[in-house]
Amino acid sequence: MGLTHFLVLAVILFCIGLYGALVKKSAVVILMCIEIMLNAVTIAAVAFNRFASPELFTGQIFTLFIIAVAAAEATIGLAIIISIYKNRDTIDATKIDLMKW
Amino acid sequence: MTQTGLWLIMLLPLICGALIALGYAFFCRKPAISGYLGIAGVGGSLLLSIWGLIGLLGKEGASYYAPGFSWFAVGNSIDISFNLSFDPLAAIMCFVILFVSLMVHIYSQGYMHGDKGYPRYYAFLSFFTASMLGLVLSDNLLFTFFFWELVGLASYLLIGFWFTRPAAANAAKKAFIVTRIGDVGFLAAIIILFANTGTLDIHSLNGMAEMGLIGAGVVTIAALGIFAGAVGKSAQFPLHVWLPDAMEGPTPVSALIHAATMVAAGVFLVARTYPIFESSATAMLWVSIIGAVTAIFAATMALVMNDMKRILAYSTVSQLGYMMLGLGTGGIAIGIFHLFNHAFFKSLLFLGSGSVNHATGTFDIREMGGLSKPMPVTSRTFLIASLSLAGIWPLSGFFSKDEILAGAMDGQFILFILALITVFLTAFYMFRLYFVAFGGTYRGKGNPHESPRVMSWPLLILVVPSVISGLLNAGGGFSSFLGEEVHTGFFEGLFGILLHPLALVSLAVAGGGIYLAFLMYKKKSLSPAIFTERFKGLYMVFSKKYWMDDLYEGAIAKNILMKGVFAFMAFFDRKVVDGGINGFFIQKVLFSRLFSRFRTADERIVDGAVNGVASITLEGGKVGRKAQTGQLQSYGIYLAAGVVVLVMAALIIW
Amino acid sequence: MEIAFWIIAITCIVSALLVVGVKNIFHSSLWLILCFLSVAGVFLLLSADFLAAVQILIYIGAISVLIILAIMLTREVQRGNLTNKLKIPALFVVTALGGIMTYMLISSNWTSSDAPPPSTTTAGLADMLFGADGFGLGVLLTGVILLVAIIGAIVLVRDK
Repeated sequence: MGLTHFLVLAVILFCIGLYGALVKKSAVVILMCIEIMLNAVTIAAVAFNRFASPELFTGQIFTLFIIAVAAAEATIGLAIIISIYKNRDTIDATKIDLMKW
Repeated sequence: MTQTGLWLIMLLPLICGALIALGYAFFCRKPAISGYLGIAGVGGSLLLSIWGLIGLLGKEGASYYAPGFSWFAVGNSIDISFNLSFDPLAAIMCFVILFVSLMVHIYSQGYMHGDKGYPRYYAFLSFFTASMLGLVLSDNLLFTFFFWELVGLASYLLIGFWFTRPAAANAAKKAFIVTRIGDVGFLAAIIILFANTGTLDIHSLNGMAEMGLIGAGVVTIAALGIFAGAVGKSAQFPLHVWLPDAMEGPTPVSALIHAATMVAAGVFLVARTYPIFESSATAMLWVSIIGAVTAIFAATMALVMNDMKRILAYSTVSQLGYMMLGLGTGGIAIGIFHLFNHAFFKSLLFLGSGSVNHATGTFDIREMGGLSKPMPVTSRTFLIASLSLAGIWPLSGFFSKDEILAGAMDGQFILFILALITVFLTAFYMFRLYFVAFGGTYRGKGNPHESPRVMSWPLLILVVPSVISGLLNAGGGFSSFLGEEVHTGFFEGLFGILLHPLALVSLAVAGGGIYLAFLMYKKKSLSPAIFTERFKGLYMVFSKKYWMDDLYEGAIAKNILMKGVFAFMAFFDRKVVDGGINGFFIQKVLFSRLFSRFRTADERIVDGAVNGVASITLEGGKVGRKAQTGQLQSYGIYLAAGVVVLVMAALIIW
Repeated sequence: MEIAFWIIAITCIVSALLVVGVKNIFHSSLWLILCFLSVAGVFLLLSADFLAAVQILIYIGAISVLIILAIMLTREVQRGNLTNKLKIPALFVVTALGGIMTYMLISSNWTSSDAPPPSTTTAGLADMLFGADGFGLGVLLTGVILLVAIIGAIVLVRDK
């Protein structure tokens, strides 16, 4: 299968994740959709690596780092969500709008 | 002498004065310490300047130089900087200033004892000394002018020291204003010199003048301008009116400032820029004329004064005239030599008069008399100083006066005659003063006694130079130190001078004056009343000071200026200027009345436009702020939309 | 090969859609796990064996567990998977973005090489990561990031 197939797959995944991140009320679901987006990016990176320069592992290294950082980010994000929940008893993203006009 | 030493000469009194000023509260509680501090500053500077003076002796044309800082520099062409230059002339002046200042500092401990402003007095004295030193040490004409003004300020502060007395406050004002008039000339001279030569460094200017590089007209105007400043500061005719009034200040101040140093600043300035004067015969002529005229003019007024300090003040004016005459006809050395001698005996006379005041409580000689027995030190030193002033051999005044007369005789004979008459008058009025105050019986109401030691010792110390300073030039040592050629030996100068006819004539004239005073006031064989009767007109002229004060204060200040010029200017301001402005606005009001029919249109259109702009902003803001929902997701949509737009734009453009 | 690709791709997309779509948040997280699994399958298709293993280990093994933990802690299951008001604008924007990106992808000329991929990538990856001229610094920094994340998480959540 050619490069473009994988890349289109990545794009579709990315858009689904983006839609979910923009539309969902619950903060945990938003986080899940962000993880989907990150996975889409990793697919694209590895696809490039496989089809453009397989002997250089650049795309895979990149993906490794992305995974590591995504893990850290998920940790922190969930910690924040739990902390908000403890303060406000809700994690509805639409209710967290202190910076309103 | 090192460069630091040279700077310290000027800075030590300044630092001491500043310390007194800064710690004023402390010094008010312990005033004596401020006196010691002032004495320490001046004493230290005196030692440094003596060291420098010794270093310069015997070396032809030597001088010390201490670079300072660049004050104003523009590119390569203009550079005004402040450096110190210690050449023979400056060395002599420093010595005079510091020596007399030290004596005054010591003396004032007694004279000003118990005065509430004691620390203030010493702060001002130190400030004055520092400014005067800066004036003589500066090597740039502009900085000389700065210090000139500072010295004038110090004089104002010290004359008006007892400022609660209206006479003192007015005298200080008068001194400052009158000298200011002369300073205008000085400033004009500076500007002209700078515009024509591009430098204000004194050595450069003198060099240029000697080589004839400055144009003839320029050099004359510059010299006359500088001389105008000297006329003001040294109280020459017609700007002499401030000096007698300046006697309202404390007597030690009069001794320091108005006998020995500040008034000598004018003479110093002419000597400092002497090559400029030498290049202009007109200027030299004017210097001599005004000098001689002042000498005789002031001497006539001293004849009829009854206030001891006023007599001495007019005597100072007269002697300054002598110095100017000496500079104009004889050369730098002669004028400065008389300045050197005069400083010592005149300050001695002033301090002596202060001592008399301390004892009797008055300066009016009609209330004194018979003071020689209760005040031996004062009366004897006073006698010696008077003899020196009158020009009796071998005291100091004789030598310098004789040289001035010799120079005048060679140069301008009329002026020489005037100077010779002045010798007579000088001797006469000084001994009138001596015999009336110290001879006869006591006519006053006080209890005359000798002053405390702290006041008598300066008198005794000052006697020494009054006697022997003349000998410094008997062999021409003084003149050659200042760079002039002299060919006599010491003893020929000392004794051989008596063989010259001129010396004998001047001694005879002076002796005649003393004798006349003796007859009139000691032996009382001649009555002064005869003279006042026969010369009633002259007497009136003299005692009314030639009506010059009336001219200045009455006619000029009151009538011409106040009623005339200023009144006219106030009138002009009120009627014309204010009237114009008011008229303009009346026009505007009329216009607006005329177009009041259009007021609604004005209101609607103009105001509507302005209000419209304001409301657009307001409503726009109200709408715009709705975008701030505070919800991250809507911001995310904006982001994504923005990315879409950007990418589409990139695609289309490429 | 092709069949494998299509199956895995469809699984991926469908599970992602279900993550966004189902009403029950817990179900949604389970569909997320399936999505991660299919992404690991994609990696295997692309001959990135080590990466597939890492994906399963970390994403499914750690992150999904975290997410389920968060769901349980915040009792989201009671409320359900709601959406906010921005559905239509978001749909619009997302479609536009997706469309443009797909268009760009298809119309670009990608340079591709025919070299065969290495059979085991682990050695090569290790060489690149920890060898000379490698990304050693990156590894260290990642370690630091993880440390910071741990500390941050502890700080954020602890009781005062």
